[in-house]
Amino acid sequence: MREITLHTDSIAATDAVDIEHRLVETEPGSMRRMTLNMGPQHPSTHGVLRIVLELDGETIISAFPDIGFLHTGIEKECEVKTWQQVVTLTDRVDYLANLSNNLVYALAVEKLIGDIEIPPRAQWTRVMMAELQRLNSHLVWLGTHALDIGAMTVFFYCFREREDILRIFEMFSGQRMMTSYIRIGGLALEPPRGWQHVVGKFINAFPSKVDEYEELLDANPIWMRRTQGVGIAPLEDLLDLGVTGPMIRAAGVKWDVRKDEPYSSYDQFDFEIPTRTENDVYARYRVRLSEMRQSARIVKQALEGMPEGPWQANAPKIVLPEREKMKTQMEALIYHFKIVTEGFRVTAGEVYQAVESPRGEIAYYVVSNGTSRPYRVFMRTPSFGNLQALPALLEGRLLADSIAALGSMDFVLGDTDR
Amino acid sequence: MLPDALREHPAAAALDAALPDAIAGGHAERNEPTLFIGAPRIVEVCRFLKAEQQFVRLSSITAVDWIPADPRFEVVYNLHSMDRNARLRLKCWVSESECEIDSVTGVWRSANWYEREVFDLFGIRFRNHPDMRRILMPSDWEGYPLRKDYPVHGYKYTYQNE
Repeated sequence: MREITLHTDSIAATDAVDIEHRLVETEPGSMRRMTLNMGPQHPSTHGVLRIVLELDGETIISAFPDIGFLHTGIEKECEVKTWQQVVTLTDRVDYLANLSNNLVYALAVEKLIGDIEIPPRAQWTRVMMAELQRLNSHLVWLGTHALDIGAMTVFFYCFREREDILRIFEMFSGQRMMTSYIRIGGLALEPPRGWQHVVGKFINAFPSKVDEYEELLDANPIWMRRTQGVGIAPLEDLLDLGVTGPMIRAAGVKWDVRKDEPYSSYDQFDFEIPTRTENDVYARYRVRLSEMRQSARIVKQALEGMPEGPWQANAPKIVLPEREKMKTQMEALIYHFKIVTEGFRVTAGEVYQAVESPRGEIAYYVVSNGTSRPYRVFMRTPSFGNLQALPALLEGRLLADSIAALGSMDFVLGDTDR
Repeated sequence: MLPDALREHPAAAALDAALPDAIAGGHAERNEPTLFIGAPRIVEVCRFLKAEQQFVRLSSITAVDWIPADPRFEVVYNLHSMDRNARLRLKCWVSESECEIDSVTGVWRSANWYEREVFDLFGIRFRNHPDMRRILMPSDWEGYPLRKDYPVHGYKYTYQNE
């Protein structure tokens, strides 16, 4: 006779996960079935994610992700900041893709404003910074993902290159991580003198570094056996569950916002969208590795063809005036005072702007009611969308593979919880 | 009624032909087609758009609080079609007294978390949702933080001169 047993010992102190989910049918006295609580503090969840796993032996029967531990209410706070102040908040959504977040917010607000034209030099610099950001994010992903699976060396190499990128960010914006470099109306600062030399030195050496990671991992039989054929879920499920980015490109969908809905002059760059069809952890690794090569190509093109000219829009009501003009022109002084004290007003309306972040589609839905503060900023973050597919990836598989599958999703929990 | 600006829009026109009285209005400001849908018809409309018009992806669901307007809440669905390379926005109005709308989890499974998030932060309930619980806030939280009448610093602390 079968009976229903409640497995509550490991989750005694929980409230967020509904206890009725924990009902499991077991044989009386059976030790096969158990509930395993993974996280919120677990190194391979890369943040504060809790997953409640139902196990039958070593097979995962069901997985319940429990999120919200990093919820900071950023969307609420956006509503009390002025338009330009919100840029600093968008940095803090995703610590590995802050420039993508800056960019999507700036693009959305500029679309709302309407009559503002971003000069080519600013657009190209935005593209270059966003691609360096992608490299940065993929490097952290590759290093930590390999570390999870047991290949420790790659981590050190990846972080060596990441350090160079962070130095470039510091050179441009004065900040290593929370750059706030892309602002409404252009950039925060003029690109520093001699940046071409630093970026050039980095980007010329970078492709050979990618070869190095590839060699380290592809010649590693443990890596190959732990990633190939692992973490597969049908493409229809992934699309239905809202997955975007490298995850679906590794399943054969050639969709990238940069190509399909070009923004910030991405249409002037020559690059490809790498795809694979295996749809496993290994394919996701190959896709991201190829993306790193493509990003390096874009950065190189930006470096070689960087247009001259202004780096901010000619919009005195929105962009802060130059210091020299403030001392000589009354209008400039008035605009400066208005922008700093009250902020600028943005035409009423709504905009849904998407860009391709390292993790997938990031889209901001920005609503203005014509005042100097946003009425509503909704952030459609790729990690939130992708994480919903976690049960589809884990259920029916072995517990040991869950670490590889988790890592291959490349989510950032701050991005999920906002 | 289909607005003039969207008569040429293929998906909107097809929707108007198939479900004539579902569209309550719309606009195409800034080249972003938006349709207002009567709240009781939303599941039907979404099912049609997914099955017949290739809107396979639901990008997100969110809400906007337009207090003191009545109905107070606007539920916003952002749809995306890879085949057409097009986006479409649907909007439904939900009043504060009723504060309920049908869930579209039966159409796109990805709606699950987005609807939970809207419930969590705005207090709009989704009928027939498989798992209507809070998702970001603690389960014993009181109030709905993204409502406009909810103070930014919460209810726990009060500050003078505010």
